[in-house]
Amino acid sequence: MSDRDEVIPTFEKVISTPGMDALVASDASAASAAAGTPPEVGPSGGEQLSERQQARRENWRLIRRRPAFIVGVLIVAIWTVCAAFGDRITPHNPLDFRAGTHLSPRAKFPFGTDEQGRDVLSRVMAGSRDVLKVAPLAALLGVLFGVIVGMLMGYFGGWLDNGLGRIVEAFLALPVLLVALLAVTTLGSSSTVVIGVVAVLFTPVVARTVRSAVLAERDLDYVTSAKLRGESSVFVMFREILPNVSGPIIVELTVRIGYAVFTVATLSFLGAGPQPPSPDWGAQVSGAFRVISAGIWWTTFFPAAAIASLVIAVNLIADSVQSVVEA
Amino acid sequence: MGRYLRRRLASAVVTLWLLATIVFLIVNVLPGDVGRRVLGPFALKEDVARFNHQIGTDRPLINQYFTTIRRLFTLDFGHSYQSGKLVNSVIFPALFRSGKLALLAFVITIPISIAAGIFAARHQDRVADRVVVNAGLATSSIPEFVTAAVLLTVFCVHWKLGKVFANPPDGTSVISQFRYLLTPALAMVVAYFGYIARMTRAGVINGLQADYARTATMKGLSMGGVMRKHILRNALTPTITVISVQIGYLFGGIIGVEKVFNYAGLGSTMLSAVTSKDVPVLQGAVILVGIIYMVSTLLADVLIAFLNPRVRLESSR
Repeated sequence: MSDRDEVIPTFEKVISTPGMDALVASDASAASAAAGTPPEVGPSGGEQLSERQQARRENWRLIRRRPAFIVGVLIVAIWTVCAAFGDRITPHNPLDFRAGTHLSPRAKFPFGTDEQGRDVLSRVMAGSRDVLKVAPLAALLGVLFGVIVGMLMGYFGGWLDNGLGRIVEAFLALPVLLVALLAVTTLGSSSTVVIGVVAVLFTPVVARTVRSAVLAERDLDYVTSAKLRGESSVFVMFREILPNVSGPIIVELTVRIGYAVFTVATLSFLGAGPQPPSPDWGAQVSGAFRVISAGIWWTTFFPAAAIASLVIAVNLIADSVQSVVEA
Repeated sequence: MGRYLRRRLASAVVTLWLLATIVFLIVNVLPGDVGRRVLGPFALKEDVARFNHQIGTDRPLINQYFTTIRRLFTLDFGHSYQSGKLVNSVIFPALFRSGKLALLAFVITIPISIAAGIFAARHQDRVADRVVVNAGLATSSIPEFVTAAVLLTVFCVHWKLGKVFANPPDGTSVISQFRYLLTPALAMVVAYFGYIARMTRAGVINGLQADYARTATMKGLSMGGVMRKHILRNALTPTITVISVQIGYLFGGIIGVEKVFNYAGLGSTMLSAVTSKDVPVLQGAVILVGIIYMVSTLLADVLIAFLNPRVRLESSR
């Protein structure tokens, strides 16, 4: 059994601090309520480490057996291959292949062609690149910031925790999409800006999760003994405590990637992302949805379905990771 | 309760202040002057200067910041840069239209998703449960604009059940307005169903395992009675919180839905204010969304206290 079962009491968390992101955790609540054993404690000796590794290996084995996880990984793998090879594997050039405009789906163009006669299938395949580059990086960076802030809050407590807590609380009440849209349209819609803005907006949520996990560890014996040994605060935080709160952090990372895909796709649909002629999915939908009423549905439907498939896949993975880590 | 409410109100004011500050910082990060941006590259220098003086953007930043904060507390956001109209005469009608859409969406979502959550909990780990849980996970993770575009294709173009443009003409009766708003509302129903259903399910499962539910069953109460009188009261607490949070987040997702259906609500207003750098309208709309979020979470907390005597009594002590 892993050593962090009730570090995040998901159910209570939602009651005390309203935050949409906590809701993804709702499923595990029954399980986490049932598991009432205290976390395992021990010095960070060699034996303990191997025990931790064993627990990880066991978790990994459990995850691999979940069909939802396999389906999710398969879909993400397909899109990753498309993103990695881009126009080297697309059937036509996604940018300037000229066929008839607005051809409906047929054998030569399974997804039809768009208003400039470009092959929609090729564009959908190539369009995975933008979102797969931006979303995971944004999530990773947000988690990194969040771990640092949350660790400081949980470890030092006191006025630092209070002060940062107020800011975190205020940030949580901000409508993420709205502020992101505002920031990206002002600062420019380059990938770097989108990554930075999304990462900063994700930081408070991660910080809150990490803080509560750290709080549960802070007063345990291994932390006290490390302090008595005269270790620096940085060492205690990142070498002693961090490995013991890695479970919730990994869960948070997978959940964040899902939200990042959601946010990045919506931003580019709203015009704050890659600009035409980029084959980015959100940008494609944005450029095509007005002709749906004329019966031309394929230019919108396929990139939209691609977005849906990717977010669902990432969420299937996140959900599997969560139920295994928290069970 | 009073002390708790005062604390919540104080933190709400802090959040609104932060929100206003963020908006101010973001819109003032851009180099160059507002007058040039609004009037375009061909306007005369004198005209640009006069415009800047008129709207006050030639004053020191710190002065402008205090104006922003004053506007936050007086709810008077000045005039739109684009149309010159009073900001309040732009954002409140837009809010009213978005409100209609959101209300319709929630009237449909809440009963369906609570019922689905209860149903799933009663069939825990069976096929019906898996379907609700996974469908909920899938649909709530899809961006609203994607659902909206798909529903537009299927409902409005193929089946011709709804209208492609959601703006009803002036003077349309309530019944036919419903036809215009149904499809965009459904896009939001799909997005919010999952969260509420999953939260209800988790709450009901917790309740079913609780001692009080077993006691109630053993004293001879029917399943329906246990559910209504004991479990739901507890299970709905987190569900209410979720719904209130959704109301706050709604104004993010509604931007996409309103864009797809060409609906002149607050989302469209914000989007066009963002693209045209119409700062006063943007400030007004963002602050308005912030206030709505605060009020809805606050109301949810009061409702929870009302439903749960433990919270009610503890805080009145």
